[in-house]
Amino acid sequence: MKTPSFENIFRKHAWEEVKANIYAKTSANVEAALRKPRRNMDDFMALISPAAAPYLERMAALSRQLTQQRFGKTIQLYAPVYLSNECQNICTYCGFSLNNPLRRKTLTGAEMLREIDAVKAMGFGHVLLVTGEAWQTVGMDYFNRALPIFKKHFPQISIEVQPMEEDEYRALQPLGLHSVLVYQETYHEEDYKKHHPKGRKSNFAWRLETPDRLGRAGVHKIGLGVLIGLEDWRTDSFFTALHLDYLQRTYWQTRYSISFPRLRPFSGGLPPKSIMNDRELLQLICAYRLCFPDVELSLSTRESPRFRNHLVPLGVTTMSAGSRTNPGGYAVEPTSLEQFEISDERSPAAVADMIRAHGYSPVWKDWDDFG
Amino acid sequence: MDELIIAGHSFSSRLFTGTGKFGDLACMEKALIASGSQLVTVALKRVDAGHQPDNLLAHLRHPQFRLLPNTSGVRNAREAVYAAELAREALETNWLKLEIHPDPRYLLPDPVETLAATEALTAKGFIVLPYIHADPVLCKRLEAAGAAAVMPLGAPIGSNKGLRTKDFLEIIIEQSNVPVVVDAGIGAPSHAAAAMELGADAVLVNTAIAVAGDPVAMAEAFAAAVEAGRKAYVAGLPAAASQAHASSPVLAFLDEAETDVS
Repeated sequence: MKTPSFENIFRKHAWEEVKANIYAKTSANVEAALRKPRRNMDDFMALISPAAAPYLERMAALSRQLTQQRFGKTIQLYAPVYLSNECQNICTYCGFSLNNPLRRKTLTGAEMLREIDAVKAMGFGHVLLVTGEAWQTVGMDYFNRALPIFKKHFPQISIEVQPMEEDEYRALQPLGLHSVLVYQETYHEEDYKKHHPKGRKSNFAWRLETPDRLGRAGVHKIGLGVLIGLEDWRTDSFFTALHLDYLQRTYWQTRYSISFPRLRPFSGGLPPKSIMNDRELLQLICAYRLCFPDVELSLSTRESPRFRNHLVPLGVTTMSAGSRTNPGGYAVEPTSLEQFEISDERSPAAVADMIRAHGYSPVWKDWDDFG
Repeated sequence: MDELIIAGHSFSSRLFTGTGKFGDLACMEKALIASGSQLVTVALKRVDAGHQPDNLLAHLRHPQFRLLPNTSGVRNAREAVYAAELAREALETNWLKLEIHPDPRYLLPDPVETLAATEALTAKGFIVLPYIHADPVLCKRLEAAGAAAVMPLGAPIGSNKGLRTKDFLEIIIEQSNVPVVVDAGIGAPSHAAAAMELGADAVLVNTAIAVAGDPVAMAEAFAAAVEAGRKAYVAGLPAAASQAHASSPVLAFLDEAETDVS
């Protein structure tokens, strides 16, 4: 049997054609999409199109209803833990970029334990381990040491690191790996190359095929997303959804999550090419919920407290809280340079209180590894 | 209401409840009490033995509740057995709602792995209540494997669509020698009443109570519906007829004096 590959599907969709299709959607297309009990990719296009803007109230009401039905009145909480800011890539938008003159830092085992104590004390059961892409220092050897250290303290471990080989993903699971986040950054191939001129990350296809390798390796959950602001967000989001749709059909035993990182200021920053306002981000979140009722939708501390407060009942299922985006940021070196500025600086306890105030339950732990 | 016996234990309520999806754990506690439920499922993956805030178990420590840990999150029989042993240790009960759903979107149960796990777990002394599709043959196989009850779905979990599997539930109920608990899909008290009228021994409800505007009132409504449905079933429902009985039946002539019409 031929190995499944998203690249085959991706190559059948020309960027400009997709973009034109989205912008040509009419209110009739939106109304038809809203009426359907099950929606397809064409409906997703309609719901993210400018034509759907006047229907946001209705989309939000439907999104709220579907999210409550599938996930209940709960919001899962997690903390990102940055292990390293070493990176061999140049990415025009990232604070960890190779050409950015910051002091590089990779946590030692002892330093990990200090960070673990701090994160556990805040109540978290789920952590997301983040690194740059530095194969020599933060490769398999490092992950082989780091995962068992974290696994002793946290029931669920996700990673956001360089794309890896299928066998490597397979090898990390017995050590406690639960999910992997890998954002394509942008599905616009030409612009992708401009934003990633140096390092392994410049290989667009290698990154594009990463979720396939994860699916074949049997990783529990795969997180997808684009960096909103690099390109036209509607077109990029269509490709993300197309990717998600393909993965759900192909690796049906895997869970999926979508994140919505909007380009934030950082040291040496790139101004966004496409600005997405709060109303548009809400539209996108609702469109995902209406077309993918079971996908986890995650909102990070990049977003403002006010926006996050209002989003609790409207479709998201997962939030980070109290985030530090620098290695050792919780206990080891709280003042070192961050990857990007966060916007919601409230403590995890304050975020949990806010969630409760909405009549929702903050969930600190919702997983055990039974393998 | 007449008593329900599962594995030698007696329950006066035939409404079993779940603990997921509630927005407020204190409200969950009140709703569970209002439901009169005596068997309460709890996802092992949500249970935290540490010191995290919002501890679910703290709200379930009532003498009337028997906890039924579930194995939600496992993908095969091997993981289920491991989870069951963890649950037995963490919650000090050998009762288990066996859930093996490799499909994370609709949480549809895997029949092959469920049967294998039931065999393994009953051999280890667990009281196993497997969550399954409404498959009559599988129910008989599970019964033979030692399941203490069977828990067929009415519709996909959380769908609130009611008894979409009614035809198969009828066969399961007719054939079963162990209690039949209709699980998943029950979205309204009328669905619960219908399941009980059908002859189900109990129903399990979670989403419909948890996400209701007033979970406590909804729990009371379900309790009343289950009781009404059970009473109706025990009383003996009249057979449904698709046509009205004619007040002058077509065969009335047989009882009438013969007259010569020639």
